[in-house]
Amino acid sequence: MKEIYLDNAATTRVCEEAVSIMEQVMREDFGNPSSLHRKGFVADTYVREAKKQIAKSLKCEEKEIILTSGGTEANNLALFGGAYAKKRSGNHIISTSVEHASVYNPLIFLEEQGFEVTYLSVDANGRISLEELKNSLRKDTILVSIMAVNNEIGAVEPIAEAAKLVHDFNANILFHVDAIQSYGKLPIAPGKLGIDLLSVSGHKLHGPKGSGFLYKRDKVRIIPEILGGGQQNNMRSGTENVPAIAGLGEAVRVYFQNQKQYMEQMYACKEAFLRRLADMPFAHPNAVFSELSDTHSLSERVRMTAPHVLCVSFDSISKSEVLLHSLEEYGIYVSSGSACSSNHPAISGTLKAIGLPDCYLGSTIRFSFCPETTLSEIEETCDRLSEIVPKLQKYTVK
Amino acid sequence: MEYKSFLVKYAEIGLKGKNRSYFEDCLVNQIRQNLSMLGEYKVTKEQGRIYVDCPEGYDYDDTVDCLSKIFGIVGFMPVMEIPTTDWDAICKLAVDFVEQSFAEKNFTFKMFCKRGDKNYPMTSPEIACELGGVLLEHFPGLSVDVHNPDKSITVEVRSHAYIYSDGYKGIGGMPVGCNGKAMLLLSGGIDSPVAGYMIAKRGVAIDATYFDAPPYTNERARQKVIDLAKQISKYVGPIKLNIINFTEIQMYIYETCPHEELTILMRRYMMRIAEEIANRSNCLALITGESLGQVASQTMQSLNCTNAVCKMPVYRPLIGFDKSEIVEISQRIGTFETSILPYEDCCTIYVAKHPVTKPILHIIEHSETLLAEKIDDMVARAIDERTIMRIKPE
Repeated sequence: MKEIYLDNAATTRVCEEAVSIMEQVMREDFGNPSSLHRKGFVADTYVREAKKQIAKSLKCEEKEIILTSGGTEANNLALFGGAYAKKRSGNHIISTSVEHASVYNPLIFLEEQGFEVTYLSVDANGRISLEELKNSLRKDTILVSIMAVNNEIGAVEPIAEAAKLVHDFNANILFHVDAIQSYGKLPIAPGKLGIDLLSVSGHKLHGPKGSGFLYKRDKVRIIPEILGGGQQNNMRSGTENVPAIAGLGEAVRVYFQNQKQYMEQMYACKEAFLRRLADMPFAHPNAVFSELSDTHSLSERVRMTAPHVLCVSFDSISKSEVLLHSLEEYGIYVSSGSACSSNHPAISGTLKAIGLPDCYLGSTIRFSFCPETTLSEIEETCDRLSEIVPKLQKYTVK
Repeated sequence: MEYKSFLVKYAEIGLKGKNRSYFEDCLVNQIRQNLSMLGEYKVTKEQGRIYVDCPEGYDYDDTVDCLSKIFGIVGFMPVMEIPTTDWDAICKLAVDFVEQSFAEKNFTFKMFCKRGDKNYPMTSPEIACELGGVLLEHFPGLSVDVHNPDKSITVEVRSHAYIYSDGYKGIGGMPVGCNGKAMLLLSGGIDSPVAGYMIAKRGVAIDATYFDAPPYTNERARQKVIDLAKQISKYVGPIKLNIINFTEIQMYIYETCPHEELTILMRRYMMRIAEEIANRSNCLALITGESLGQVASQTMQSLNCTNAVCKMPVYRPLIGFDKSEIVEISQRIGTFETSILPYEDCCTIYVAKHPVTKPILHIIEHSETLLAEKIDDMVARAIDERTIMRIKPE
């Protein structure tokens, strides 16, 4: 059976270029980059090459890249490292109510340690209000953390405006961006925007799992979390994961070579998907600015969101997991939206935060694309949806 | 010096009159089979005891763990052995044994002796008495208590000399397979693996049936059941696991019958299917994890309705147990952690808001007549197209 993989926001296939360089590193160039001999020097060139590719993609300098084990570590390093470095200036942090667990769990921990956190609300399209951000800034605010693209609904946050607003208020506030779902998908240049810290994961753009990095603007001081041999200028000790780093470098090189084209390809998929959904009365796409349909074309509205994530709620499906497994029977892999019953503003979940009615919390599916996704795959998925959903609705407990 | 062998004690099967040697052979086979995964052990039966000789370089902890999971063993003790009956050597053996076997040398003990070699120049009581003296002299913390000792230490003098103490408690029961085979209805829950364990403990080999309901249940739920089967197979031996795709039948019942009767009707078809497979694989009973009153489908009325479809006896070893008692056993046998993984099984989907708790048999039977058109074909297909997995302990 042909597989249609539409769960690219969870993870992606590792690109061939990354696989082959990783194989080379593991088989032949396996040295420790800190070793003084040739083997070590060769290993180090892979690390430097990867940093070069990353720096190019962000239009930043190589020394501003801290390689990590992935997005979660990058977020943890940014939040803990940032909060503790700034502790003397204050203890107020601002974030949003739609962050990923790797941001909100560190924030909850920081709350327990005495920091105060304000969680910004979002509108039906998942976007924060700059007005609310402005009103939330205080004299003792030390850190603002806002994701660039939401992982569940694909909302794009106004990062550039937010960064400017924060730094106009106080240039010393650290501005962190969780760019795990946005890196590669949408252009971003942290230096130009005044972003201090920016987290990225490698496996979301065809790099290997266990790879990622934190961009840290030069001169910004944070406290390292992992202490040891002093690798990476003491910011992240531990022998560099050279195979993963080399793979990440290759994935970044390939992705950014084609970035514009990839982005357009995914936007085209999302648009085609939405056109088909318009003919399915039981399907309700979320966070696609439907209320602007009188004044904006679908194509314009889609481009106000991330190209690769599409979140759809379905009528009378008791559980999104059942729909997920039904699609799986046809080789189509998707993800179910998560619903959480907690009342904590940070962990009640994106779907609740955008005001999705309770009846849809458990019947929402996320489709996420990659540059390899084809329009015919989208067509086939929609064919299956229009066939499966009415069938499942028959068996829903009312 | 290391332990080279274990002495295995069994009680219940020793009482079985003329069948005794059959039960003993079952136990010997069971021990051989289970230990064969660890290496080449020699298992022999001799004068109402079973000896396990360990191979060179065997793993002591793994061996103990393995023996402690074999039904039919009441206790087993690691044995030290010397290839001579020279008195000085025996004295040294006793000292070495105490030195190595007990961390704290401050207990009371009683010395026993069994003398196979009747030509030995000392009698059994003399040997016990003398050796006790040697130990007292060597370990000042020890003292003798012949009425209520902390430990008993036994020396056997045959062609070689052997020494052992109380050793480990076994799990009791009877060797698996000596009592035939039964079919366990295995779900992903806490109860059914425990039920299977309890019946296996009475010497019964186990086959199992699991009802899968894709896409309403997922591969992890199925894997969970396989993992549970693997865990209990450490005790009950290899299990033939039948996986039934139950979705079609479930949907058909859902479409056709009153929703509040769904669970009870489903369970009646599960019992029918399990019984049919049980017949085909020479099982003589069904086993379920039902416990009276635990849920709507386990009230007396409900059990009456589900039981009515079976000709075969249905063993419900947990019928009088509280949940906490069941949980305790599942923790002991290592199934609890897996059982509580949060994956749906086919019983928890489409549960009616208010299922009948006191179903009446003739009403349920009437509801089933509504299914007459297709149900037999569906059941036959579900049985024919079942997946069979052979689960072995790892």
